[in-house]
Amino acid sequence: MSNGAEPPRGRDNREAVASPRIDVSIEHKNLPEQPRDERHPNTCPACGSHYREDELEQNLRVCQHCGHHFAVRARARIAQLVDGGAFEEEAAELRSEDPLGFFDLRPYTERLAEAEVSTGLGDAILIGRAAIEDQLCELAVMDFAFMGGSMGSVVGEKLSRASESAVERGVPFVAVTASGGARMQEGILSLMQLPKTVCAVEDLRDARCGFISVMTHPTTAGVLASFASLGDVIVAEPGALLAFTGPRVVQQTTREKLPDDFGLAESNLRFGHLDAIVPRSELRPFLGRVLRLFAHAR
Amino acid sequence: MPGEHERHLRERLNRLRSLPLLRGTRLSGELERLQRQLDRIEAEPSDEEIWRSVELARHSQRPYTLDYVERLFEDFVELHGDRARAEDPALVTGLGRFQGRTVALIGQQKGREIKERTRRNFGMPHPEGYRKGMRVMEIAQRHQFPLVTFLDSPGAYPGVAAEQHGQGGAIARSQALMARLTVPIVSCVIGEGNSGGAIAIGLVDRVLMQENAIYSVISPEGCAAILWRDAGEARKAAAAFKPDAVHCLELGVIDEIVPEPKGGAHLNPDESARLLGAALGSTLDKLSAVPAEELRDQRRDRYRRLGIYTARVVEPASQPGP
Repeated sequence: MSNGAEPPRGRDNREAVASPRIDVSIEHKNLPEQPRDERHPNTCPACGSHYREDELEQNLRVCQHCGHHFAVRARARIAQLVDGGAFEEEAAELRSEDPLGFFDLRPYTERLAEAEVSTGLGDAILIGRAAIEDQLCELAVMDFAFMGGSMGSVVGEKLSRASESAVERGVPFVAVTASGGARMQEGILSLMQLPKTVCAVEDLRDARCGFISVMTHPTTAGVLASFASLGDVIVAEPGALLAFTGPRVVQQTTREKLPDDFGLAESNLRFGHLDAIVPRSELRPFLGRVLRLFAHAR
Repeated sequence: MPGEHERHLRERLNRLRSLPLLRGTRLSGELERLQRQLDRIEAEPSDEEIWRSVELARHSQRPYTLDYVERLFEDFVELHGDRARAEDPALVTGLGRFQGRTVALIGQQKGREIKERTRRNFGMPHPEGYRKGMRVMEIAQRHQFPLVTFLDSPGAYPGVAAEQHGQGGAIARSQALMARLTVPIVSCVIGEGNSGGAIAIGLVDRVLMQENAIYSVISPEGCAAILWRDAGEARKAAAAFKPDAVHCLELGVIDEIVPEPKGGAHLNPDESARLLGAALGSTLDKLSAVPAEELRDQRRDRYRRLGIYTARVVEPASQPGP
């Protein structure tokens, strides 16, 4: 399910994956792992421009030289979108359990604790009541930095609660996704979060609440195959990888030659899976416009 | 007549049902806690038993969807094509008579010989397959036929065309349609129910699972490749994420374990079909007594409850003194 779960990468790396030379990875299977990319997080992976933290933040974390969209953390995304502090967080107390006593190279509980400390989040999603351009709505934002934005029981539960909160207040629901897919450490229960979140969207539809899905890099596997694909309106950020299966796994399984823009937002738009690609600087006004339309529809 | 083996399984399940969930048990006495742990270790499938299930679930002679259709359904008419682009042989759909009633059927289908296996794409559907499935769901809804789905897939096909034709969206919309139906839906996990490829047709009222089937978020090899960075560690991965029927039952993901003939379903497909048919029949009988709208609400409630998490009271950073 989490076959798209790879660390966030710039466009240049994705293109490298798409090149036919990838096959060497099989022969070199037992070689020591390549040294991690040592590039500074504020250096643009596409064009190499470097930014001070405050510069990057001021520009909504978009490269002013080439337009590359850097990853945005959940709280920063909320600050970018909502009217001056108009966000009232809900269900902040929820935490993952370890129902299987899962242990791969390290225990799941240790990974969770580490993620909580390093991100300051309880799990990979924040939900709450929000206002965007004076339009009341429910907002859910995922954070890739928390275990690859993976969806386990807490993400599924929070998504359901967000939907219930929107239904209760009769407001539209906006979900901003960034996820590698279902969280393997919770086994089959993670897979059950797909139907669970699908049911949550169906409840929204029954209550005639609008649902706007904003897919950011990357939105793959279990999240793409559930609520994220069910928006009344679905938009994505430029260059975002939106694929059920990520390029590495497709390449290794099928040995097919991948198109250069495999799985990217631009390709998804061409094939009819998206309504629009919205650059980050235009996202807030765009959401304001759509929310006004859905508010009038009620 | 239940065999020795079946009785043994039922006894074991009863024992397991009296035990608490895998984790999060809060018992008072240390002795009691230890005794429970011992009981659990005794009742819980071992790593070897889990791996045995993985092997049996993928056994090349294990009965597939059409083997059960042939034995359980009369007047079966297979329906082909998604009415838009293609026919996907990896996912079989149709209508048939089951114990006197017309039912709609959707199931992934593997092949046995290499030619047939390739034609069936090893049971890995493309988006076109799921769209064909949705077409049959609509027929079921229109004519109020109960829907039966058989889950047996290594996963949805991970190919370039599948992505371009919207694999993720097709899986999502198939589930969404199942959440809207007002007819009874029962699924049977008959082999490997892996990931999105399986759950696409798995949002249902009741889940039956054969004793040696597996149901999981990812294949053992896929999990090993990601978490251990070595697909060869599949055994360890399976032991860690526990895809066997007993664990699925304990987690509330499935509702009933259907016994198989001793040694596995492949040793006696007729008996295996009889056992599966009996469980399916009684489940459908129970569901057909539930009013339509209620059925759909209960189905959504079933998924609303799935998941294990905890609430941690967050203390304010600095609390003013009294």
